[in-house]
Amino acid sequence: MKSLTALATLAALGLASAASADIKIGATMSETGPAAFLGDPEAKTLKMLVEKLNAAGGINGEQIELVLYDDGGDPNKARTFATRLVEDDEVKAIIGGTTTGTTMSIIPVAEDSEVPFISLAGAVEIIEPVKEWTFKTPHTDRMACEKIFEDMKARGISKIGMISGTDGFGASMRKQCLGVVGNYGIEILADESYGPTDADMTPQLTNIKNTAGIQAVLNPGFGQGPSIVTRNFQQLAVGLPLYQSHGVASKSFIDLAGAEAAEGVHLPGAALLVADLLPADDPQKPVVEAYTAEYTAKYNEAVSTFGGHAYDAFQILMQAIERAGSDDPSAIRDEIEKTTGYVGTGGVVNMTPEDHLGLDLTAFRMLEIKDGTWTLVE
Amino acid sequence: MAELMQFVLSGLTVGAVYALVALGFTIIYNASDVVNFAQGEFVMLGGMITVFANMAGLPIPLAALTAIVVTAVAGVALNKLAIEPARGAPVVSLIIITIGASIFMRGLAQVVFDKQLHRFPAFTGDTPIMIMGATILPQALWVLFGALVVFAGLWAFFTRTLTGKAVLATSNNRLAAQLVGINTNWVMTMSFALSAGIGALAGVLVTPITNTSYDVGIALALKGFAAAMLGGMGNPIGALVGGLLLGLIEALTAGYISSVYKDAAAFVVILLVLFFMPRGIFGKSSTDRV
Repeated sequence: MKSLTALATLAALGLASAASADIKIGATMSETGPAAFLGDPEAKTLKMLVEKLNAAGGINGEQIELVLYDDGGDPNKARTFATRLVEDDEVKAIIGGTTTGTTMSIIPVAEDSEVPFISLAGAVEIIEPVKEWTFKTPHTDRMACEKIFEDMKARGISKIGMISGTDGFGASMRKQCLGVVGNYGIEILADESYGPTDADMTPQLTNIKNTAGIQAVLNPGFGQGPSIVTRNFQQLAVGLPLYQSHGVASKSFIDLAGAEAAEGVHLPGAALLVADLLPADDPQKPVVEAYTAEYTAKYNEAVSTFGGHAYDAFQILMQAIERAGSDDPSAIRDEIEKTTGYVGTGGVVNMTPEDHLGLDLTAFRMLEIKDGTWTLVE
Repeated sequence: MAELMQFVLSGLTVGAVYALVALGFTIIYNASDVVNFAQGEFVMLGGMITVFANMAGLPIPLAALTAIVVTAVAGVALNKLAIEPARGAPVVSLIIITIGASIFMRGLAQVVFDKQLHRFPAFTGDTPIMIMGATILPQALWVLFGALVVFAGLWAFFTRTLTGKAVLATSNNRLAAQLVGINTNWVMTMSFALSAGIGALAGVLVTPITNTSYDVGIALALKGFAAAMLGGMGNPIGALVGGLLLGLIEALTAGYISSVYKDAAAFVVILLVLFFMPRGIFGKSSTDRV
């Protein structure tokens, strides 16, 4: 019996090495740890797509082999895994870097070993300044700020109060918002903050409420903070428009804040979240609907924008490999940079040598919460 | 004036949460001198089990009761499986064991439940109550009420009942307590069950305000511990006053100075208090026999 198992193992190993002649793609993601809610749908999406592509005959007649590591959200591990991907597994491209922290530690490895790398993290620093081998798919904080300010400007709002979380997401978005707010002729009259685990924000909101002239309030934040801000906002009857960030654009936010408190909240969100609300002629509609259907059928859970980022990264990479007609990393890199008109879950991607993200503000939709559900504002 | 009132009400809301968590530290500390760092995980279990029992179809009161009972059992298991086998180990080792237990419980909750944030509706609605131009949510009153009831219960337990005195005796000198006929093993088991139950009750009461997820325990335990230290570890009135004081300092700093210095101000006050009163505001001065 034992020898039989050994034989089977040997056979499996033999199969594995035979398969390694195919195109190898590497990924390091945070499937566990504090960023698991981001990394988990990303990894699931990649596995699903690779399986589907291989079943359909692969790409350029070759099968794709995915080498996936779980870095647990630890930048040190991410760097180790990236090195292993490049040196031991000899992958042709890397997808991953679930968080900005892990991405930043993968970048030097990808740049030094000249392997194309598509990150799934948010910060604008990843692609600014442009790095030759590094790309990313998610929208940046700055774009969310710009989308919100654009909407405020259109509504004639010029003086606002801001209350941000002091966690990584909130602090980074606050910085980006402060950087671009001047371009829209909007003034921030009150700039308050709260800790990521705080249970009550009424003192900060009272100060904002009592600041004369404020026409709207913006809350860059993530996790539980925004839901508490929203409830406190209603508790104090502030009576001004409340803008939340793309960080809370998920169904659970409405549940956490309560439909009554969340009524009328404005926020920018990806098309993926409102797949069923998009007009029939929207170019993104078929893409987001197909991905949603496929993902929910396979894993029986709701899609998230994070899985969508992995979807986009994989499709961009596969199209680049197809166009390059080879698995030479340098040829793949050049083709990724030439990506134009790719319609993904995050928006329409048009990359250039100066722009390794390729999204514009149309990637975000302005949403308003009405009767406990999303509605599109146009 | 309305402004000050709002800051005070906010401080009371947050302070009541801290106080309720701080009260949970009291019993185990009194029985064994161990600061149970898994106390935050009991609070988390209280909230999470209620959420999931509710999702499974139980009405909130029944779900809350289930959560409290299950968490008390978890407390007993913690004592039987981790603390009791290490009997005789120095207090520091036992504290480290509770830290390990908290990491284990967090990991387990992540697998058994999920990694999302959850909340259930407030017991008596979300309509704010107006007091002198300021507002407070009804749920905050529930938390305050809960903290007062637990405080009164603990005070009566330690000063009016034989069992409570047995707990204190066990802490003072385990051998002497055994010699006068106290079953110290049973006292320890009961302390863990009670502490866990109080923690779970805290979780049930605060979840509509703070939300809950598998990892809320750390932050709550840290603030609750700070509150207990401020008031005097092991003393129920210390836990109550310490919690409310911590909440008020945070809210007033956020309101009048800047929200950036909120936590810093609270910890500066704690440091100052501990500098001049090392046993906390209500702590008894320690007497060591030589």
